[in-house]
Amino acid sequence: MTDTRPAPRVGLFVTCLVDLYRPTVGFAAVKLLEDAGCTVEVPASQTCCGQPAFNAGDRATARDLARSTIAAFEGFDHVVVPSGSCAGQIRKHYPELLADDPAWAARARHLSARTHELVSFLTDVLGVTDTGAQYGGTVTYHDSCSGLRELGVKEQPRRLLAKVEGLTLNELPGAEVCCGFGGTFCVKYPDISNRMVEAKTADVKGTGADTLLAGDMGCLLNMAGKLKREGSAVRVRHVAEVLAGVTDTPPIGEPMKSGRA
Amino acid sequence: MQPTTHAFPENARKALSDERLQKVLAIAPAGFVNRRKQAADRLPEFEALRDQGRDLKNHVLANLDTYLEAFESKVTGQGGHVHWCRTDQEARDAILGICRKVDAKTVTKGKSMISEEIGINDYLEANGLTPIETDLGEYIIQLRREPPSHIIAPAFHLSKKDVEGTFRQAHTDLPADRVLDEPKVLIAEARQVLRRKFQQADVGITGANIMVAETGSTVIVTNEGNGDLTQILPRVHVVIATIDKVVPTLEDAALVLRLLARSATGQEASAYTTFSTGPRRPGDLDGPEEFHVVLLDNGRSALLGTEFQEVLRCIRCGACMNHCPVYGSVGGHAYGWVYPGPIGSVMQPALLGVKEAGHLPNASTFCGRCEAVCPMRIPLPKMMRHWREKEFEQNLQPAAMRRGLALWGWFARRPALYHAAARMAVRALGALGRGKGRFASLPLAQGWTQHRDMPAPEGRTFQQMWAEKQTVEKTLADKKGKR
Repeated sequence: MTDTRPAPRVGLFVTCLVDLYRPTVGFAAVKLLEDAGCTVEVPASQTCCGQPAFNAGDRATARDLARSTIAAFEGFDHVVVPSGSCAGQIRKHYPELLADDPAWAARARHLSARTHELVSFLTDVLGVTDTGAQYGGTVTYHDSCSGLRELGVKEQPRRLLAKVEGLTLNELPGAEVCCGFGGTFCVKYPDISNRMVEAKTADVKGTGADTLLAGDMGCLLNMAGKLKREGSAVRVRHVAEVLAGVTDTPPIGEPMKSGRA
Repeated sequence: MQPTTHAFPENARKALSDERLQKVLAIAPAGFVNRRKQAADRLPEFEALRDQGRDLKNHVLANLDTYLEAFESKVTGQGGHVHWCRTDQEARDAILGICRKVDAKTVTKGKSMISEEIGINDYLEANGLTPIETDLGEYIIQLRREPPSHIIAPAFHLSKKDVEGTFRQAHTDLPADRVLDEPKVLIAEARQVLRRKFQQADVGITGANIMVAETGSTVIVTNEGNGDLTQILPRVHVVIATIDKVVPTLEDAALVLRLLARSATGQEASAYTTFSTGPRRPGDLDGPEEFHVVLLDNGRSALLGTEFQEVLRCIRCGACMNHCPVYGSVGGHAYGWVYPGPIGSVMQPALLGVKEAGHLPNASTFCGRCEAVCPMRIPLPKMMRHWREKEFEQNLQPAAMRRGLALWGWFARRPALYHAAARMAVRALGALGRGKGRFASLPLAQGWTQHRDMPAPEGRTFQQMWAEKQTVEKTLADKKGKR
């Protein structure tokens, strides 16, 4: 070993949906980070980044949750999030939310500067070019809106997927168009959301891919739920699962194997 | 126009089940999107121009009074008239007054969103005048008695077949067996009918894409040339524009024009760009005898100095709606009033009140595509969020959503309780759903499950599994250490 620098200390912001729905993504993220030489810790005092409150117009709750997230993640070299949406909330919106709070504005900016979406952190900060994973299949990739437009995550996942052994990537037409999830939007305006996700699943099926990947659990639950309702056999996974080679958990929306989850 | 913005969900449902409209929406926006992208890609400095456009408009908005007064003094110095109007009613009365003074019967009109905003056509009609739209799209929807569904393509929602039907119904003096199967033929027929109206008109009303303070000029862009005939042939030219349209110099107007055409239609310049500077001077070959500018506020100045000020940078190109997946799903009429799409979702609550228009800023996924293409870099999602904040402050959101979010917020502020509750909920849902891997229906989640399955959670939370893993690893390490 020639690198004598201490391993970067990374705090993993798990996100509500990964915590509740798909712990596999969290463990895939930990594996990717550890393989790249980081030490990973998961503060137990984290809950939600506050985006649902922020987008519902409830600034007071959003500010409270921003403060507790900032407090939970002080002291790490980096904070990494397996979601462009939650990472965007911390990076783009925390400084704005707390700009007029003298006790917190600088702390918000400090956290913002150290917070990254998982895949772009691997490529852009750690310089990872190959995660050494294998995946036998043809995949297509949906660009989740916040990651793409708030954080510029576009080429990074494609670069790493191109190195996954056995994997073919068929580009998704309209990959940059929203899938119709939008947080509470999908239940507030279910008919419009349905029209949007219908268009998305039609595009997905048109690629001929057997697997759909994306970097955000919200979009994935939405698209997987629609594909399953339509009886499609397309498998849906978070991009971290494939990059980490952690694909023993059944795809999103598929029956769990017998035995403990 | 009576707004139906409060009924947005019903309007949207109607639009979604309108097969004819859905066919149009499946094709039309993509054309705009591709042409804009090609035009932007061809101009290396396009992104820099967007920065300049934003800065220019910010400067104007910070000095609006100065530039408006400079504009006024130029217009009056050249023999024109400026009518300052605070409200839509004042603007309607000003225009009617001008028409009455010259005893007008027929009024031709170029395309103007402000004229839709103040409902001038209905008002003139109710007062015995005959207003005639001369922009092809506006003419078609006027015949159909429909509002526009797009700010630059008012008949966006119609197919060629629809237009043929409209013309056959309206132009009864033309042979019934004529062939009307091509856009070219439809355009020729509209031209033929409109040519007569241009010659009859006593007053011509146009909008203004830009007002230039240094010259007192108003500027319109069209692709049909109808605007020129509207303002040159009648004795009187009335320009109706809102206060946010002023720029300091001709140079600045050129900047706006470069951004506007590319963002709107992907053209480098519109086919016609027309500067109007005062009435006809002695020796001029053409031009109106009278030149009036009706300068409308209608709620704009109230936005200055607020979190909504930046929306006044809008140059009405329509790029936001062309790129909006919600507009692309339901079309323009669902928005229930004059301005559809993301710009409408910010402007309509400002003009109609958040009670009438509160649905619009909520009906967004915040995907950010509108902001990514806005030539003036207006942070549209951020402003929609500000409207949601106003709704929250005024307690206007649906009670169920409010209660749900409040409950979630209560737990999220208490990590230990939050994690315990999450463990229990996930365990129950996981146990119920693991067999199929998903739910076809779930109580309290019909909004989701009416259209798609709800994937089942794995059954344990990450935090729970992580804590267990840490304990196991610690125990192993301790044992190793003791050996």
